[in-house]
Amino acid sequence: MKLDIQHIAKLANLHIDKEEEKRFEEQLSETLDYVEKLNEIDTENVEPTSQVTGLQNIAREDIAMESLTQEQALSNTKSQHNGFFQVKAILENQ
Amino acid sequence: MSLHTLSLTEALKKLEQKEISSVELTEAYLERIKELEPRLNAFVTVTPEEALRNAADADRKRAEGISLPLLGIPLSIKDNFSTSGIRTTASSKVLDDYIPPFDATVVRRLKEAGMVLLGKTNMDAWAHGSSTETSDYGASKNPWNTAHLPGGSSGGAAASVAADQTVAAIGSETAGSIRQPASWCGVVGLKPTYGRVSRYGVVAMGSSLDSPGPITKRVEDSALLLQVLAGQDPMDATSSPTEVPNYLKNLKKDIQGLKIGISDDYFEGVHEEVKASVEEAIKTLEKLGATIKKIKLFHPKYAIAVYTILQRAEVSSNLARLDGIRYGNDRSYFGEEAKRRIMLGTYTLSAGYYDQYYNKALKVRTVIIEDFKKAFQDVDVIVGPTAPTTALPIGASEGQSMFGELADVLVEPSSIAGLSGINIPVGFSKAGLPIGMQIIGPQFAEELILKVAYNYEQENPLYLKKPKIGSSA
Repeated sequence: MKLDIQHIAKLANLHIDKEEEKRFEEQLSETLDYVEKLNEIDTENVEPTSQVTGLQNIAREDIAMESLTQEQALSNTKSQHNGFFQVKAILENQ
Repeated sequence: MSLHTLSLTEALKKLEQKEISSVELTEAYLERIKELEPRLNAFVTVTPEEALRNAADADRKRAEGISLPLLGIPLSIKDNFSTSGIRTTASSKVLDDYIPPFDATVVRRLKEAGMVLLGKTNMDAWAHGSSTETSDYGASKNPWNTAHLPGGSSGGAAASVAADQTVAAIGSETAGSIRQPASWCGVVGLKPTYGRVSRYGVVAMGSSLDSPGPITKRVEDSALLLQVLAGQDPMDATSSPTEVPNYLKNLKKDIQGLKIGISDDYFEGVHEEVKASVEEAIKTLEKLGATIKKIKLFHPKYAIAVYTILQRAEVSSNLARLDGIRYGNDRSYFGEEAKRRIMLGTYTLSAGYYDQYYNKALKVRTVIIEDFKKAFQDVDVIVGPTAPTTALPIGASEGQSMFGELADVLVEPSSIAGLSGINIPVGFSKAGLPIGMQIIGPQFAEELILKVAYNYEQENPLYLKKPKIGSSA
């Protein structure tokens, strides 16, 4: 199987250098080969289980509760401006 | 009297009878941590000031006549539980300077129960692994032989208990991360049913699997801690409304007539010494009145494949939030193991592959759940080895992209099905390394598996044997 490691890295927002690219390609292929085992199991009429509790539609009353203060929420950021998180520009001017 | 060798139950009794103070107890443990840390590296952060403040506070409360389930008991907590005002790294440099502004529900419950926090224990970075070798703060060492690994991901937690650096520890398991290190370190490790203990505030790994639980010296300690941890939490929608029983009530009752299932596939490829010890332990359970029945379970190799897909996929999604904007460092700080897992998960969830991998794994998970349900119609619990080997040497996991899966092959099926399980020490290898047996129960069968474990422990009290580490051991 040929894996486009740089494409996956782009989707995952990770920087992968040339050396890692080669290593990851081998290891990921190896792991994907291993999980092929699952095709030995017939799941034609089986429903998927995304979580095991059987709980559904868990909601609470829509009541405001105590939450972090603005100061607490910003306490770990390395970049803030006027009480907001500051991020790099996402859209550029044409 | 060596205070640091006390079990949780013993320490509580001495505190209640005012034979010792929490400050004395806490000082003994802080001293022990200081003495052994250069050799064990079980902790990422030790919090002596916090601990002594908590202890003085506990002593004051006790003097005022206040009684709480863990009042004045020193504990270590795995470094993936958010602790308000105390650095929480999940053993990754991405969170090197992260100081949570809130407590995980588990931490809040322990604080309300009166615990003293000794520090945060080392783990595989993001809990990705079964060795602690993927920690960005160096591997922890096994107290029974420091040339060996403690297992993981809750390796620091298990080592801290085995080395008497704490009364007990809080760990978390996604698939094996409590039971396997408990097995390698010769201590009791309980993985509760998924949903029994809240995940709120735990650095997320595999959200459909993560289960916090206690690692302790004795089985009774485990029951005591679970009592504090268990229960529904409005902050975790998957936490269960199922009523929490009194875990101590039936703990000491006998196991006459208990039906135990054993599957040959769970002994396949298991090291001879491990096999022999577990078979001996099964005979002990028989002697205690249990009947043994051979059962056929779905082969564990399929569980590895299911787990690999589900875990990587959920990891890639959970770790997507680490952007270095609101907290922590940016994504260039991820270590190799985390990157490898994020990459695989991203691939299996990417357009065109979802059905082939993730959805297929979810369907096989259903097959595994049904398989266990069928087995539990005939037997009450299932027992087998916890890990195929005793603790492996330092360096064993390096460059092995499936190391964790192979070390955890015997615990992954029950994790995928969200079942309860417990590791108890059943022997030692000739080289002096601990051997563990797991007892697996249906969902919400913690009361039962604790009772079975307690009965075994009474017959074979291996907790009396301590590693020869430290001058006072």
